[in-house]
Formats: sequence, C-alpha cells, structure tokens
Amino acid sequence: MEPERHPMDDLLREDRLPHIWCSGCGIGTAVTCFISALLKSGLDLDKVAVVSGIGCTGRVAGYIKLDSFHTTHGRAIAFATGLKLANPELKVVIFSGDGDLIAIGGNHFIHAARRNIDMTVICVNNFNYGMTGGQVGPTTPVGARTTTSPYGCFEHPFNIPYLAAASGAVYVARWTMLHVRRLERSIGEALAKRGFSLVEVIAPCPTNYGRRQRRRTGLDSLKYYHQKGVIKHGANPRDVDIDLDGEIIEGVFVDIEKPTFSDFCQEGLSRAMGNRGP
Amino acid sequence: MRYWRKPLDIEGLKIPRGNIQILKERCKGCGFCVEFCPQHVLEVSEEFNSKGYHPPYVKDGDGCVSCGLCEMLCPEFAIYRLEEEREVQVL
Ligand code: SF4
Ligand code: SF4
Ligand code: SF4
Repeated sequence: MEPERHPMDDLLREDRLPHIWCSGCGIGTAVTCFISALLKSGLDLDKVAVVSGIGCTGRVAGYIKLDSFHTTHGRAIAFATGLKLANPELKVVIFSGDGDLIAIGGNHFIHAARRNIDMTVICVNNFNYGMTGGQVGPTTPVGARTTTSPYGCFEHPFNIPYLAAASGAVYVARWTMLHVRRLERSIGEALAKRGFSLVEVIAPCPTNYGRRQRRRTGLDSLKYYHQKGVIKHGANPRDVDIDLDGEIIEGVFVDIEKPTFSDFCQEGLSRAMGNRGP
Repeated sequence: MRYWRKPLDIEGLKIPRGNIQILKERCKGCGFCVEFCPQHVLEVSEEFNSKGYHPPYVKDGDGCVSCGLCEMLCPEFAIYRLEEEREVQVL
C-alpha cells in the first residue's frame, strides 16, 4: 500500500514533522494557507524563496521544501533584500513573527516598504515573544498580561497594517488564521502584487499569550476570533488598532500601484548608460 | 441531499464527498477540525497517539461535503480528504 501522504507534503520537509509548534498554535495554519495559495498561484516553485528570522514563526523556513533561508534575528528582510537584488527573478517571501519583523527588525520593515522592494511579507502576529517564554512585544495590547507585564502591559502597541501603509506598502491585509479561505486568497493576491506587500496573520499562542488572557487553548482563541472578527475591506489602516479583548478588524486595507525599487533602478540605469546599455 | 420535488437534471447531479484521511501520529489534538467542520463529521476519539494526544475520527463520513476546511485549518498537516462524488438521491 502507498504510504499515507498529505497533499501538502511535497512542499514540506517531511522528515522534520511533526513540527515544534505547540498544540493549538496558529502558525501551522498560516503555513497551510500559504502553501495552498502558492500551489494555486501558478508561480514557478523553483523561483520562490522563503526567508524567516528568529522565533517560533522563524521556524517556517525550515519546514518548507523550497529554497529557504533561516536568518539572524530581525534581519529576514535585510537578507531578503539582498536575495531579490542579486536575483531579481526570484519571488521572495518573508515569513516571520511580530517580534522579529516589527521590533528588532522594525527598521528593515519600514525601509523595505518605503523603497517598495518587490517582496511579500507574511507576518504572524501572536502579540508576544512566544519562543522565549511570552514577554511583552511590539504588538502586545495595552493591559495584556505577559511574563514581563504581570500587572498588564503599559505600552501602546504598533498597529502593523497602519505602520506598513504609512511606510509605503502597496498591498496590506489582515486576517485571523480562522478565516483560512480569505487568508489564502489574500496571500495569493500579495504574491501576485509587484512591490512590497504585507499580510498580517493574527494567530493564537496558547502556551504563552492566550492562557494569560484566559484563553487557555488555541480553540478558545479561535472562538474569540469567530466572535470578534469584523471584516471591513478598505478600512483606513489608522482605524484598525487591536485592543485587548476588543474587535479584530480584518480585510484588505490597501491595494495600490506604484513603481518598485527595481523599476527605478532599471529606469535610472538605462538613462545613465544611454544607448550603451548596462 | 433531500429534495421535495425531483429536479429535472437530477441524473447529472453529483455532490462532492470527501473521504477523510487522518495522519494520527501528526495530530496534536487541538480540536480545530472537530469544532469548525460545518457538517459535524468529526469527533475526538478516545484513542491516544504516541505523543499522548487524542486524534479525531470520522463519525459521520456521509455528511462530508469535501469543503476542505479541516484540511486548511489543521496546523499539523494531519488531516486531508480524497475527493469523491456521489449521486444525488431523491427520497
Ligand atoms: S510558544 Fe506560542 S507561538 Fe511558539 S509554538 Fe508555542 S503556541 Fe506557538
Ligand atoms: S472536508 Fe469539510 S465537511 Fe468534510 S470533514 Fe472536512 S470540514 Fe467537515
Ligand atoms: S486540526 Fe489537525 S491537529 Fe488539530 S485535532 Fe484536527 S487533525 Fe489533530
């Protein structure tokens, strides 16, 4: 008899499964949505590269059987930029977490968006640093209890879609991982987009974040998303803050066209070189 | 599926049906598939896998409409469907 094979196994490093993510963690679902979108995209899989930083979501690159790159903390976008510039044919996807991309990698994030470098960023936001034990991160809502905020978080969080849009991203969407079909579609649209696209995926971290907000299991978080998720396509990213226990506004917030960094490079180079050609 | 009156094109109609496959050893018992299957096809089993989780089992396979939600929602790549078709029956 044929051994049992999951249809996504062709794109997974099977020998590493089961993966390290906890029971009820949402990162795996973000990966299934990505793989499913990738299979539907018609992209040449030999020309897709996945880059991750450090953290639980930083493990994604290690499980996907494509050219993949597990980089240093916060630097996924920096490595990805090099990859894209050296080999413009590649479709470069950055798959990492909120802490990695928005805190330590925050500057790379805003500048890649500002330059409109052609890449797709999938940012899994679970509101804390899961891998290191659940500390306050750049997206932890005011009042949330974590290991380093036992009296509730005193900091204002980043609103990731607003940050991306203000920095110049051409495609910005947010979905909870419960909305798998919509998330898959958005990832597909982001992959098809020229320029800097961002998909934020709200996902449970039951082990470190959820249980301190009285959502002990991943399933509790999914029920919460089901209750509090509100779809508002085209909402102003400024208005999509996430409060502790509040509504989670989801949808495609930005979808515009503008020249990418490579467009300007091409144009500038041919102008400078005249007829001689680069 | 039941119809009160027989649709004229009943002969040609097929309803997709999923033959659900569960890779028990990969499952971590999160229950997402069981909770969100719109057809309530799945149920948590009493059985343990080698890591001590309870994988789901197919309680009502006839109900499955092969929507694929369980497959997409599963964080462990542990459940998928083989798509089949069945005739529409008129009762
Ligand atoms: S610590 Fe949190 S984010 Fe990390 S694998 Fe566990 S549930 Fe997922
Ligand atoms: S394919 Fe859809 S109907 Fe069938 S078991 Fe999965 S979720 Fe339920
Ligand atoms: S969703 Fe996957 S891991 Fe969770 S109970 Fe179902 S089969 Fe197991």
